[in-house]
Amino acid sequence: MLIKQPLDIRPSDITDEKVYLSRRQFMRSTAAVVAAGAAPALLSQGVLARENASRQVWVRKIEAQIAAARKSPFSTSEEKTPFDDVLEYNNFYEFGTSKSDPYENSEQFEIQPWAIKVEGACHKPGTYHLEDLVKESQLEERIYRLRCVEAWSMVIPWVGIPLASLLKRFEPTMNAKYVAFETVVRPEQMPGQKSLFSSIDWPYREGLRIDEAMHPLTLAAVGLYGKILPNQNGAPIRLVVPWKYGFKSIKSIVAIRFVEEEPYTTWNNIAPNEYGFYANVNPKVDHPRWSQKSERRLPGGLFGPKRIETQMFNGYAEQVASLYSGMDLQANY
Amino acid sequence: MLYKGNLMAGNGDTVKLIRWWGFFLAGLLPFCFLLFQILTRGLGPDPGEAITRFNGLWSLITLLVCLAVTPLNRLLKWRWLVQHRRMIGLYAWFYAVLHVLSGFLLVLDVSIFLEEVVKRPYIAVGMMAFILMTLLAVTSPKAMVRRLGKKWKLLHKSIYVIGVLAVVHYFWLTRADYTQPVFYASILLVLLGIRLYWRYYKKRLGSEGAYRLY
Repeated sequence: MLIKQPLDIRPSDITDEKVYLSRRQFMRSTAAVVAAGAAPALLSQGVLARENASRQVWVRKIEAQIAAARKSPFSTSEEKTPFDDVLEYNNFYEFGTSKSDPYENSEQFEIQPWAIKVEGACHKPGTYHLEDLVKESQLEERIYRLRCVEAWSMVIPWVGIPLASLLKRFEPTMNAKYVAFETVVRPEQMPGQKSLFSSIDWPYREGLRIDEAMHPLTLAAVGLYGKILPNQNGAPIRLVVPWKYGFKSIKSIVAIRFVEEEPYTTWNNIAPNEYGFYANVNPKVDHPRWSQKSERRLPGGLFGPKRIETQMFNGYAEQVASLYSGMDLQANY
Repeated sequence: MLYKGNLMAGNGDTVKLIRWWGFFLAGLLPFCFLLFQILTRGLGPDPGEAITRFNGLWSLITLLVCLAVTPLNRLLKWRWLVQHRRMIGLYAWFYAVLHVLSGFLLVLDVSIFLEEVVKRPYIAVGMMAFILMTLLAVTSPKAMVRRLGKKWKLLHKSIYVIGVLAVVHYFWLTRADYTQPVFYASILLVLLGIRLYWRYYKKRLGSEGAYRLY
């Protein structure tokens, strides 16, 4: 639903987003300062409790929807990676580069309220509240293989909205040849974005060709393992494009842009010889740093990682190969 | 007088022995920590990768400690440190051996060992450092020092090359955030820079010659 401001509110009356988003921090620090005085402390704790309650209501609502998610024929029957491993082993450089950093550093990340800016070649641009977008969608559970470009893989039961049905409500025009996505920038909550020696030009950006974005396999996930999407896995909404390397599945999305030209994508910009725009899983095209012929299926035992052959398009060739017919996949890696 | 001298020598030996054990156990600490992590399953779903990174990092740290011996001796007159440099160097090699073994047994595959070394420049650079280190480790016993004479000194100067290769290896395998390699590269830069400084600007002033040990 498009949010329209009533006319009687002047722009100067609107609280700046930054101020608005920092209100919890403000209340926390206020609570600490006035802790000596019982009455004001109780008052601010009351406000905090109400904030907490509203978030919990939201979590409950989404989880109720997640519980009612439809099973999907696209799901694999392979053994799932245990929940704890999915929570504690992530690449989410906004929270740090080590695999355990996202788990350790994402606790303070606030996912409510969450707005998504929709722009570009579409009939219904605007700022949308995630709550509204999810409320009106039928969620699906999709158990997908996730293949990281670093040659490890997992099997994860995602819950989300097929991206096509989400994008269609913004009514893209014929000029929408690509869709560009952007991750939130919040250095105060994302320590990785504060790093002085990072070559990433925040925000993290990714993009898909419109037919890839509209493909029935492409998912906008809001949950996993029957729960609301954990912060370290890209809360509150992320892409899951199962036939591409994991870095294409952008996390914590705040902007969607319909564009005519191939958009800027983060890894492709940092090292174009290592990360292509397409980044389709392809055992025949090696990454300069490692072979892509096989992968380590996680969790691995200590003496013997579960090494399995990597499949073309991560095993989704039947569904997606036609998207690339006639294309040289060695050149368009 | 002779008796007193012997007594002092005896005390000195005891102190040296205690220090030897101190260094020996300190060098084992990271390894014990790793064993503890393995036994308590604290390494996450990809233990091979975690073990490889851990050993690589500790090999680099120990190497930098080894390179700090000469400057510390010269600046703070810690002569006793020099007596234990061999052990520090051997520990750097010990962790490098574990690093290479875990990399190829637990992360990659032995069957693609050669292919990987040749194809991946960052592995090739690391391998070069490892081969040089092995050479230094093999020639570290006192008998070898005597046998090689002047050549030994020259050979063991390759520790500077190893330091540079190790840091290049770290930079090369890093993606996106260079905070860690920058940190270790800066330490290496200081440790090598101070030597250059002494060599070219303070040569005449350095009367003790202790710094020339390396």
